[in-house]
Amino acid sequence: MSLFVEWLVILLLLLGAFFLMVGSIGLAKLPDFYTRLHAPTKASTLGIGAVLIASTLFFSVTQDGISVKELVITLFLFITAPITAHMMGKAAMHKEKKAIDRTRNLHLQEPARNRQPPKAPETTE
Amino acid sequence: MLTIVVLISCTFVGIGLLLNLWRLLKGPSVLDRVLALDTMYINSIALIVLLGLYFGSPLYFEGALLIAMLGFVSTAALCKYLVRGDLIE
Amino acid sequence: MKRLLPFPYLSLLLLIVWLLMNNSASPGHILLGLIFALLIPLGTSSMRKNQPTLKKPLSAAKYLLMLMGDIIVSNVEVAIQVLGPVRKISPGFIAVPLDITQDLPITLLASSISLTPGTVSIEVSEDKQWLYVHVLNLVDETKTIANIKQRYESPLKEIFGC
Repeated sequence: MSLFVEWLVILLLLLGAFFLMVGSIGLAKLPDFYTRLHAPTKASTLGIGAVLIASTLFFSVTQDGISVKELVITLFLFITAPITAHMMGKAAMHKEKKAIDRTRNLHLQEPARNRQPPKAPETTE
Repeated sequence: MLTIVVLISCTFVGIGLLLNLWRLLKGPSVLDRVLALDTMYINSIALIVLLGLYFGSPLYFEGALLIAMLGFVSTAALCKYLVRGDLIE
Repeated sequence: MKRLLPFPYLSLLLLIVWLLMNNSASPGHILLGLIFALLIPLGTSSMRKNQPTLKKPLSAAKYLLMLMGDIIVSNVEVAIQVLGPVRKISPGFIAVPLDITQDLPITLLASSISLTPGTVSIEVSEDKQWLYVHVLNLVDETKTIANIKQRYESPLKEIFGC
């Protein structure tokens, strides 16, 4: 294995593992469900992508013939990650989960739950 | 060199898994647990791929693919159930 | 030709995924993959709704590349926000008016939004006119909406020619 590829694999692995950890930290740290939804869907997707590409590179170089099987998982995860995020957001809306108070445009939750067009905010302060 | 880096990466992902586990146990609601479980699936895929790198064997790929597919289907099913369960009430 | 190959892009995708899964491009696998790529769309064509077809494959490829760049940028942004102080984050909901009406472009738009900077699509209104989006750090509402429309919706509109 040439030095360049080895360093590339190392870089990708560290980057991927770091982003996976950031996603989990976000999951543990952020204040409400809707913000928590952001961390795993984004950070983890890139993290797993980097790790899988590193694995592809490694096995392409060490085994004879290129190895592209990991790309299937990458493709699959990049297609499914936004779908799971959307479904969980939808479920959270229907469960009437509370967002934290400083969330802006909280009045949009009600029409979104009923799948209606947005209404003007009620001015009953 | 690569072995050490794989172990370091495993540590990172392991810390991530522990944090997910904490969120899974703490909740506070069912959806948070589902989200934590989904993230755990992704992290365990990474862990399996790293294991494959450590042993230098491409066989672990099948396991990772299985976890990816089962993870997506189970998360989708859980969300669907939660939404529908609410609608029936 | 139209009857034999109702969804050419689906067939191509199936063939590619089959070859990727088996990790080989030997003639046997290509033959088997071709058989699947022909038979599966034929067998499932009655279950599919009529979706708009790809009008401009080239701009679709360009869109995919742009999306990849955005995913990387979005990850760095989210990572900084997550690792920074939580109290500074001001999340918010926005409603994005949609110009595209078919299911497939809306799905692609919602997925793109979920994968890119600080936004997750939550729900589509029943008349498919509005997309509800949760933003991790909402600074300027009109700017975010304009960005989504101009950056992701107009290329999609162009790709599907609607």
